[in-house]
Amino acid sequence: MHLEYTVVEGDFVNAGTASSSVKKTLKQLNVAPPVIKRVVVALYEAEVNAIAHAYGGTVSVDIDAQKIRMVVADRGPGIPNIALAMQEGYSTARPEVRDMGFGAGMGLPNMQKNVDKLNVSSEVGVGTTVEMEVNFC
Amino acid sequence: MTLREITTLLHGHVCTGEAYLDEEVSTAFASDLMSDVLTLNDTPLLITGLCNMQTIRTCDMACLSHVVIVRNKTPNEEMLELAADNDMVVITTEFSMFRTCGLLFQSGIKPLY
Repeated sequence: MHLEYTVVEGDFVNAGTASSSVKKTLKQLNVAPPVIKRVVVALYEAEVNAIAHAYGGTVSVDIDAQKIRMVVADRGPGIPNIALAMQEGYSTARPEVRDMGFGAGMGLPNMQKNVDKLNVSSEVGVGTTVEMEVNFC
Repeated sequence: MTLREITTLLHGHVCTGEAYLDEEVSTAFASDLMSDVLTLNDTPLLITGLCNMQTIRTCDMACLSHVVIVRNKTPNEEMLELAADNDMVVITTEFSMFRTCGLLFQSGIKPLY
């Protein structure tokens, strides 16, 4: 099963709609609730990052019997130092991102804690791609 | 402690979820930082001063069904619609975060950590 969503820059009102939709789909597929929670927490953080730090992007989701693969690709300033960005507490978030309850430097670490595979690639001035996989068993 | 008792204790107003007020709550977590809420392994009552769409979205993602919003902030219609769609109880109180936490703690609600 393949799902695709568009993420719009600064659209905090709709931040999380892709994650909500994926959650509903996984429920319908009878995926175990703890696995669903790991998937949606990671995807939600990635979605919020794309809205908060970039100029929009796409969320692509592929689900098979064994796993879910999620790719969040944004067009934006990119991440100059990915290792630094992975550190809990490091943040470059703008005040409006903090006003939404995010921007404390927990996004990428939260993603890492919840997925089985995480790959972050970024080109400064072009954008960032976050690839995540969660196994169902 | 039931959500109905919590509403009375906090002089609260139930914005949505009247049907679930007899549900029991034993633990609570207070935070305005949604990334922190997303790290929870349990499903406590959330006490927060953050009143926007991400409060409700985060609860949905973190499987939290019970929220107390402090300092008399009023959730908008979109928030309440999303909360109702997800069978959540949203209670508002004019009390501060500190007072809310104190009253609940005194009444036997346990901290998560």
